[in-house]
Amino acid sequence: MHLRDTPEEATFRAELRAWLAENVPKLPPEPDHTDWPGRRAYESQWQRLLFDAGYAGINWPVEGGGKGATPGEHLIYLEEASAAKAPEVTVGFVGQMHAGPTLIAEGTPEQKAHHLRGILDGSHVWCQGFSEPEAGSDLASLRTRAVRDGDHYVVTGQKIWTSNATVADYCELLVRTDPDVPKHKGITWLIMPMDLPGIEVRPLVTAHGTAEFAELFLDEVRIPVANRVGDENDGWRVANVTLSFERGTGFVGEMLDTTNLMKELVAIAEVTPKGAGTAWDDPGIRRELGQIAAELDALWAYTKRNVSAGAKGGLPMGSGSAFKLSYAGVVQRLGDLALRILDRASLAMDDVDGRPTAAQVHGRLHAFAVSLGGGTSQIQQNIIAERVLGLPRER
Amino acid sequence: MDLTTSDDQQALQEMISRFAADRFDIDTVRAFGEPGGFDRAAWAELAELGTFGIALPEDAGGVGLGTIDAVLVHEALGAGLVPGPLVAATLAAGLVDGVIDGSVVPAVLDRPAHGPVVVEHLRDADVLLVVDGDGVSKVDTAGLAGTVLPHPTDPVTPVTLLDAVPTGERVAGPEVAAAWRRLGSVLASAQLVGLSEASTAVAVDYAKERQQFGRPIGSFQGLKHLLADCYMRTEVARSAVWSAGVNIDEPEPGDIDRAVAAARLMAARAATENGKTGVQVHGGMGFTWEVVAHLYLKRAWVLETQFGNPDDAAELVALKVAG
Ligand SMILES: Cc1cc2nc3c(=O)[nH]c(=O)nc-3n(C[C@H](O)[C@H](O)[C@H](O)COP(=O)(O)OP(=O)(O)OC[C@H]3O[C@@H](n4cnc5c(N)ncnc54)[C@H](O)[C@@H]3O)c2cc1C
Repeated sequence: MHLRDTPEEATFRAELRAWLAENVPKLPPEPDHTDWPGRRAYESQWQRLLFDAGYAGINWPVEGGGKGATPGEHLIYLEEASAAKAPEVTVGFVGQMHAGPTLIAEGTPEQKAHHLRGILDGSHVWCQGFSEPEAGSDLASLRTRAVRDGDHYVVTGQKIWTSNATVADYCELLVRTDPDVPKHKGITWLIMPMDLPGIEVRPLVTAHGTAEFAELFLDEVRIPVANRVGDENDGWRVANVTLSFERGTGFVGEMLDTTNLMKELVAIAEVTPKGAGTAWDDPGIRRELGQIAAELDALWAYTKRNVSAGAKGGLPMGSGSAFKLSYAGVVQRLGDLALRILDRASLAMDDVDGRPTAAQVHGRLHAFAVSLGGGTSQIQQNIIAERVLGLPRER
Repeated sequence: MDLTTSDDQQALQEMISRFAADRFDIDTVRAFGEPGGFDRAAWAELAELGTFGIALPEDAGGVGLGTIDAVLVHEALGAGLVPGPLVAATLAAGLVDGVIDGSVVPAVLDRPAHGPVVVEHLRDADVLLVVDGDGVSKVDTAGLAGTVLPHPTDPVTPVTLLDAVPTGERVAGPEVAAAWRRLGSVLASAQLVGLSEASTAVAVDYAKERQQFGRPIGSFQGLKHLLADCYMRTEVARSAVWSAGVNIDEPEPGDIDRAVAAARLMAARAATENGKTGVQVHGGMGFTWEVVAHLYLKRAWVLETQFGNPDDAAELVALKVAG
């Protein structure tokens, strides 16, 4: 086992660090959390810079147009990008973490040619239309119907919690193509251009008051059969290719950004009056922060373990679930601690007293996105209990 | 970057686990705690495997492997509930003659800033090593006045109460003392990881067998989720402990003291929480002396205090974050 950079990794890190130092300052000020078109433009601009410098698709295989970085280089990339405060991947997430890798693994040559470049250079934004009002944790029970009509599927149904749908060009859509077989066996994975007739996108406001996700109402949307990824009725398997990719390193960049948020919280605590001193003088607060920081450090080490195990032969069963379960817990505790430190400055999602307090309140609310999205914490516990520990199923 | 075990390292852990299962079955483990129960022959056999000299250079009689290998060995020892002053022996093997082959049994005391002077395994030790900021001192246990406490919390870890920290002969300076504190902490944390994993495994087995309401209790989600959390805590802690172990061998990538403290926090949490879950999952049987569940928890309570408790570790990590 070793942690130090190899000579190649050290070179990669040094070059990347220099490039980030030169390019991050070129960006305009980051748009507000509520301004999704603005965020799209901002992130796309950054993605284009990455693309031109050869850093786009860092962990995508070379044949998919990616950089084909080693796992070590990928983690260095995430580490350095976060340290340099490069833009977080939000509107680009589905394209870069789900759709692109899925197309590389399962797409036709035409699909790859048409889509991969746009994801890499930031010109195409994707969203994920998996969940439905009646199919959340039990995703396989989804009902959105697709009926074959010549060269098209005619799709009718409803999707919900579709992140970034208001600014997306394409949607990775799961539909039911056969209602008469067991639920996992009648699902198909389609590429849906978001400008087709029959699609209505209704923004859905989140608990932090922004329209980061939406409801999709689909009324006889005609999607070409050529947009099918994988075989008809094989969509559940294709979807799991995507999810396994996300569970590998999907949350790591976000976790490193949480580490930055934690450091900002310490800086706030150091200037927040409390008793005779500051909030940071309170040992109860310091120790809770120490616990949280230790867990984030441990999760970074866990990531290194998983990524190196993945490179050697396969991600250990359950490691993605355990990572996400732990991360969801620690990010909620960080948010709880932030509210304690902010005290009455937490009563507004605005900066109070010239301190960057809004991001902390926002972070507390955002923590639910981690324990709910991408499989809730309870679902992760079920997966670990049944598939790793081998405990009997409930039913 | 590579944080996975090599084939050799897996074989090393398997060897220790197999030895622990064969030579330290649960009756032997329990017997170690009885007055006069310390089995010097078994201890010497453990030493013969290279256990205590694992990370010492070969020309010092060691096996010549790294700190991380010692970490892996201690993980397996913890999982096997192997008794005795394992951390003390690994620290002292390079300093005190006879420790490496098991003929001399050491105890170690990290000088407490305040509070009572309670020393593990002193009852059975030939030599006591006292660690403080200035160095390591060696104390002959023959002339030491102390009270062996009759009811140690972990029945397998005898403890002696001393009136004061004894002064002895200085045998190493501050660098060695600092290195011992780090290594001692990481090795105890490694044992905590082993305990976390083993107590979970025992509880999972029980949950699959024990029937209530006509089905295995492990099918109840209330227990499943408790046990899933145990798995999560073990793996997160293991990652922190391995990382700290590697960091000691390769000082440049990170802050070693922060890594050691983070490892302690995660490992102590995993072992104590999983230990408690282990008792709870066993129901009324879990509260009996006979069922092993309590032994994992009690050992965890002992180890989490060695070379830095979780509160001190949390304080250290917090101050490092603040920079
Ligand atoms: C911020 C955010 C972004 C999202 N983005 C997207 C997106 O882009 N695309 C997309 O398709 N979806 C998205 N989702 C949807 C997300 O995947 C679902 O919300 C999630 O899978 C849970 O489904 P649900 O909301 O229907 O809750 P339910 O499944 O109804 O769950 C409600 C509660 O019951 C618990 N529960 C359910 N089943 C079990 C069980 N078997 N055992 C124990 N407890 C159980 C859950 O843990 C939860 O606490 C997003 C969600 C959030 C919060």
